[in-house]
Amino acid sequence: MADGATLPIGVPIAARRPGGMQRFMRQRSTIAFAMCVPLLAVVISLVVYPAIYAIYLSMLNKKMTRFVGLDNFSFLLGRPTFQMVIFQSVLFAVSAVILKALLGFVLAHLMQNIPGRQQRLWRGLLLVPWVIPLAMSTLGWWWLFDPSYSAFNWVLNAFGGPSIPWLGATWWARFSVILVNVWYGTPFFLIMYLAALKSVPEQLYEAASIDGAGFWQKLWHVTLPMMRNVISITVLFSLIITFANFDIVRILTNGGPQDQTHLFATYSFQVGIQSGDIPLGAAVSLFMLPILAVFAYFVLRGVNERSKEAM
Amino acid sequence: MSTTTLAGVPGVRAARRPGRLARDRKWALWGSYAALSVFVVFFLIPPFHMLVTSFKGSAEVSSMVGNPWLVTHPTLANYIELLQAPNFRRFFWNSIKVTSSVVVVTMCISVLAAFSLARMKFWGSSVLATGIFLTYLVPESLLFIPLFQIVSALGLTNNAWAMVPLYLTLSVPFCTWIMIGYFASIPKELDEAALIDGASWMQMLFRIFIPVAMPGIIAATIFAFTVGWGTFLYPMAYLYSSDQMVLTVGIVSDLIRADVFQWGKIMAGSLMAAAPPVIIYAFLMDYYIAGLTAGATKG
Repeated sequence: MADGATLPIGVPIAARRPGGMQRFMRQRSTIAFAMCVPLLAVVISLVVYPAIYAIYLSMLNKKMTRFVGLDNFSFLLGRPTFQMVIFQSVLFAVSAVILKALLGFVLAHLMQNIPGRQQRLWRGLLLVPWVIPLAMSTLGWWWLFDPSYSAFNWVLNAFGGPSIPWLGATWWARFSVILVNVWYGTPFFLIMYLAALKSVPEQLYEAASIDGAGFWQKLWHVTLPMMRNVISITVLFSLIITFANFDIVRILTNGGPQDQTHLFATYSFQVGIQSGDIPLGAAVSLFMLPILAVFAYFVLRGVNERSKEAM
Repeated sequence: MSTTTLAGVPGVRAARRPGRLARDRKWALWGSYAALSVFVVFFLIPPFHMLVTSFKGSAEVSSMVGNPWLVTHPTLANYIELLQAPNFRRFFWNSIKVTSSVVVVTMCISVLAAFSLARMKFWGSSVLATGIFLTYLVPESLLFIPLFQIVSALGLTNNAWAMVPLYLTLSVPFCTWIMIGYFASIPKELDEAALIDGASWMQMLFRIFIPVAMPGIIAATIFAFTVGWGTFLYPMAYLYSSDQMVLTVGIVSDLIRADVFQWGKIMAGSLMAAAPPVIIYAFLMDYYIAGLTAGATKG
């Protein structure tokens, strides 16, 4: 630390003494590394290590006494319940993300029409679902879907319609969990798309108007190409988050009826924590890994491209 | 608004149909308001219904007759009873304790690391920055099983404090990532000037970078708060006695444990748990949105 005195003086002195400059650089990178040590400690001990440990765990038998290789994985793949989990996870993530992306896109365009001062108020109202902790708002939805006193069914009955078993019948339950996810996640798309829309230069639209382009042509030839990167990053990111969702299904259906609405996260919770088969639970959640890795690769590529453009 | 656009269009066109453009614009505006209203209604239905239910006495809820969207005998009994219930106060206190620790620790770790990664650079620092972003993409549902083993091995199951390090896995990567973005956008001339004036790296961080990047710090703090307050999976998996539970899991499992669901109370509890983040967002929304969009769209 005695060298600390020469450290701040910087360029002039360092130029005179190349040795000092070298030491300066070395010291600078040492300090820099030291500042990252807490971060590295968190990432390595709480993310990297558990991830590797999960792979090890997934290859043990239930009592965790014997190494069984890939038996847990092949056992799961052969089970109809787990095949249903894969199907339901894909259905849930893909349909929810498509709906969120479409609604978010429409909402962002509608917001763009609203003059600036009003926009803040509307945006505030539209962000409410996303601000309430998901577990809390899902409880609210649960009560709306309640079999004996559903507020939705009350409205349907008032118009002469039949009651709907929101969480009791397989396809209705699937619809309900997707609906709640769309309700929760659309504001995120709205924010991202609105920010992207605002960054499209107005001149491009003017030029397109002069060339006689209509609304759809402007959308296709100006808006979409300009937003391409943000759209793909947001969609991929949301796919990861939606794929790994736990709160909604856990609270609304807990996987029911008859394990028809389980996602990877809720199923691995049931198998690993509630039934106490840790290795099998780890294997269930690891099935997400390859899918997530592919999405993550493309998100990263998109973000890198984006930051190159920004430079 | 309409005049400026008209000015941009060649004179011929503007002269030919000035009224129609303005009329189109007006229709587009009213159409947008109408469509947005539909969405606002859809988005606000659950919180509204929660609010209505929370004002109902248990007799009114359990009778299950009448319009569920209205309350005939409004009462604050649910709120008062919850605020007097020792277990609910305990959940609230645990949430406050866990969240504030998560925010403080996250910000210390993230700001230091982001400053180092954005400005100081060392061997492997750019790889580390990418790695941080990847960590942000790792969902908690991938990690909770091995972490369960680790938490039990350390004897920390059913301990609210154990949530603090676990939540860091969710908060630190994103906070670091957006702080890197904010720090990197500060002009290099500023730190050169500081170095020439004899500032040390730490002085530079505290006197220049933190004040200049304050919007980023606020955004990151809000994110850390959101994680600390709202995470559900970790406490659901590792906390099982009322005295250790945080709000999310406390309301979901403790208030529902009874044979008869006390919906009025559950809704009142959920709304009280949702209040702190809603209030924070109401005041600091702009910072958070700026941070979020910057984090996802820029480097």
